[in-house]
Amino acid sequence: MTARQPARLLGKAAGRVATMGPGFGFLTVFMLVPLALVLSYTVFRRGRFGGVLYEPTGENFTRLADPLYLDVVIGSVKLAAITTLLALLLGYPTAYLIAKLPARWKVIALVAVVLPFWTNFLIRTYAWIVLLNSEGPVNSGLKALGLGPVELLYTDGAIVAGLLYAYLPLMILPLYSAVEKLDPELREASANLGARPARTFWSVTLPLSLPGVLTGCVFVFVPSLGNFVIPELLGGGRRIMVGNLIRDQFLKARDWPFGSVLALAVIAVLVLLLFAQAWAARRAGRGA
Amino acid sequence: MTRRVPVVVASVCLASALTACGGGGAATDSAPTTLNASADLSKQSLTISIWDGYSPKDLPERVKAKLGFDTKVAIHDTNETIMAKLTAGGDSGIDVAFVSGQYAQALNAQGLLEPLHRELIPNLKNLYPEASQLAYDKGNVFSVPYTWGTTGLCYRSDLVKTPPTSWKDLLEPAKDLKKKITMMTTERWLALPALKLLGASVNTTDQATLDKAKELLLKVKPDLLAYDDTTFGDRLKSGEAAMVEAWDGWCPTSEKNIKFVVPKEGSDLWADTMVILKSSKNKEAAHAFINYILDPEVHGWVPANILYRIPNKAAMDKVDPKLLESYPTLAEPPSELLKGESLVDLGEASSAYTRLSTEVSAAQ
Amino acid sequence: MRRHGWLRLPFWLTYLFLYAPIVVLVVMSFNRNKSPYTWGGFSLDWYGRLAENDSIRTGLVNTLIVALGSTVLSTVLGTLLAVGLARHTRSRLLDALSTLPAILPDLVIAIGLLVFYSAIKLTLGLHSVLIAHTVFGMAFVTAVVRARLGGMDTSLEEASRDLGAAPLTTFVKITLPTLAPGIVAGALLAFTLSLDEFVIAFFTAAPSEPTLPIVIYSMVRFGVTPEINALATLLLAVSFTVVIVAQRLTRLTEALR
Repeated sequence: MTARQPARLLGKAAGRVATMGPGFGFLTVFMLVPLALVLSYTVFRRGRFGGVLYEPTGENFTRLADPLYLDVVIGSVKLAAITTLLALLLGYPTAYLIAKLPARWKVIALVAVVLPFWTNFLIRTYAWIVLLNSEGPVNSGLKALGLGPVELLYTDGAIVAGLLYAYLPLMILPLYSAVEKLDPELREASANLGARPARTFWSVTLPLSLPGVLTGCVFVFVPSLGNFVIPELLGGGRRIMVGNLIRDQFLKARDWPFGSVLALAVIAVLVLLLFAQAWAARRAGRGA
Repeated sequence: MTRRVPVVVASVCLASALTACGGGGAATDSAPTTLNASADLSKQSLTISIWDGYSPKDLPERVKAKLGFDTKVAIHDTNETIMAKLTAGGDSGIDVAFVSGQYAQALNAQGLLEPLHRELIPNLKNLYPEASQLAYDKGNVFSVPYTWGTTGLCYRSDLVKTPPTSWKDLLEPAKDLKKKITMMTTERWLALPALKLLGASVNTTDQATLDKAKELLLKVKPDLLAYDDTTFGDRLKSGEAAMVEAWDGWCPTSEKNIKFVVPKEGSDLWADTMVILKSSKNKEAAHAFINYILDPEVHGWVPANILYRIPNKAAMDKVDPKLLESYPTLAEPPSELLKGESLVDLGEASSAYTRLSTEVSAAQ
Repeated sequence: MRRHGWLRLPFWLTYLFLYAPIVVLVVMSFNRNKSPYTWGGFSLDWYGRLAENDSIRTGLVNTLIVALGSTVLSTVLGTLLAVGLARHTRSRLLDALSTLPAILPDLVIAIGLLVFYSAIKLTLGLHSVLIAHTVFGMAFVTAVVRARLGGMDTSLEEASRDLGAAPLTTFVKITLPTLAPGIVAGALLAFTLSLDEFVIAFFTAAPSEPTLPIVIYSMVRFGVTPEINALATLLLAVSFTVVIVAQRLTRLTEALR
């Protein structure tokens, strides 16, 4: 492994190309080039039937500031944020308790979290239409209790329920691995020093699991923002999210440049969140 | 699986090669292809794209028996879905597409459609003369109408107090109908009730009119159960909805208590058409297929089974009189339909409708 | 567990939330009545109807072709990439690049490929979906295999090299067998994700070659018949069996070691 062994060095380079070449070659052609295309389309004028005219313009970006689209963006960020928060509130205690289960039950509990996801995503979403319908089981229950019927389907609440259902496991799994890794001795030490369980949680467990929390939040927030099927099926078309807007630019309005700008905005949100997560991971790493 | 590997390898190489030279703009050559009337059809095969349930299930077998080639049926859920695939660039693999008239017009404007070789479709003579007078394609140059109809109100006579007569009944609903009505979301049909109520054309491009239409549509939004292009019939049947904006053929009038009415302010005349893609490599088979569909026995399946009106006089003349008795709209002469305004593609101006529909769906 | 009494409510709520819709689906698939809201007696009719549904069958075959093809491709490319990243570079940029497709929203990958395929005028078909699924499948394989490599003892590889084995021999005889569980796990993940993937397929599939999720989407759009519930129940049963068999197999291999 030194410069005195040129053959070895050559072998090293060959090994590099042989292992990483095909993979990165593939990613370059089918991910980087397409992303670069999308990025470049943001500065061109729309073609009449989709595609672009190669005339530079800045108007696609200024359109983003149009209150019409801005409201859609803000509205979707709000729904995605509520979804993420609910996922955290349900997911953290669940992940925490799973991590405390005996090994055998741990596996079963984890598999049980993932299992519903092996049926089709659209069918699962459809099940919510049945559950939340005015004639559905939830409303029948409410009626029996004298509380209903309540309008559940085709509301923002229904969209949040659908998004939460779709992405909850993506919150639970990273949280589980973060909590599981925690050294029980740290908690014991804290307890021995006289800290109450709540204090131990806030000053030891939570800060140390923060990277997992943020990973989970990114995993739930980003796809919620980009989802267009759930708002369509559970929102009754009365609410559109960024995902619908992007889809419509490509499939209906055939305005690829503006669709590219919207996609870029989603990527920007993603990058911001990833930075926040890296920052938290570094902080937690230093604290441990 | 192994069969697919070469395909993948080939496309990877192709992809990298082509990006290197940078795929440029499209230049469609418009020279008409010469077709061979006596081509051996059994050597061709056809892929059609159509809405689910819009043609007989055994159509491929019947085509095979009659014409000798294989037919593959692809399903699209909306005009927009299939338009996106047909206009995306490469060869979509579709030979014959079923799209609404104004979309056929848009496809033709892009040079994506094969002009019809009329000599290969002798059954065109079965059509009503009116069928060649539709505004999106006068003279059936690039499209053949498969079904036609209009848009109106479909309602449960037992759930509405007074039967609707005006678009106003939908846009300013009675108290007991709130959260019991649906409207369509496809751009042009979303705007239609408001435009007609304002006494405007369904093809208007006047921004002031569109703004007024938007006001009407925004006002009714909180009272809607949902926007729905596809399942409004089921919603009426289950009683979830009491009145919906609907295409005539999709209004399940076969059910007791479900009725259809064209509001007094008037409505549109839409047509779903068959078009042949220029990229098709099976153009002779495509013409033979359209000709086969226009056969009265074949085309007659539509009114008899899905209760849509068809522009085929020879087929309509053969429809069971009992059916016409129970579905009076089926029996109406084409002149009645032609009172509706034909939807045409608006080209550049269609973005005004896109914006209108985004504004309506984004409003909270 | 007793100490965490107040945590139990969200814990059980989570499982109730996850399984309530599943129960609804399964029950409805056996309902004679077409309406999902009233029970019309037990029936297997919908399973029969499902078997006769051509578009579902075509969709299923297409989905399996795409899932198998993209899994094979993802596994080969992803495993090599993981080995390369762990053994031949310290670049964090390359590291990040390899996981990018797993983090990017599916819609972004979808429109990227739509734009790209359209620019090179590629004819859409199963191959275009297969490539698209490989983009993200590979990222997951890479991540899983890398995790395995991280915990791997390198002394065997070194010994093999010191004894004069060619790099390829070392890779095939030592590295690969040690990595096998990671590779299998990565491949399974890629396969599962591909089976259920809708958004990317929706944008990159040819209209004549829909995958199962696309077929289901157009069916759900037109109102759902209980056939779809029957399909969901079957998918669930298959998944359940796979999970149990996989568990047994892992236990068996562990016992054999």
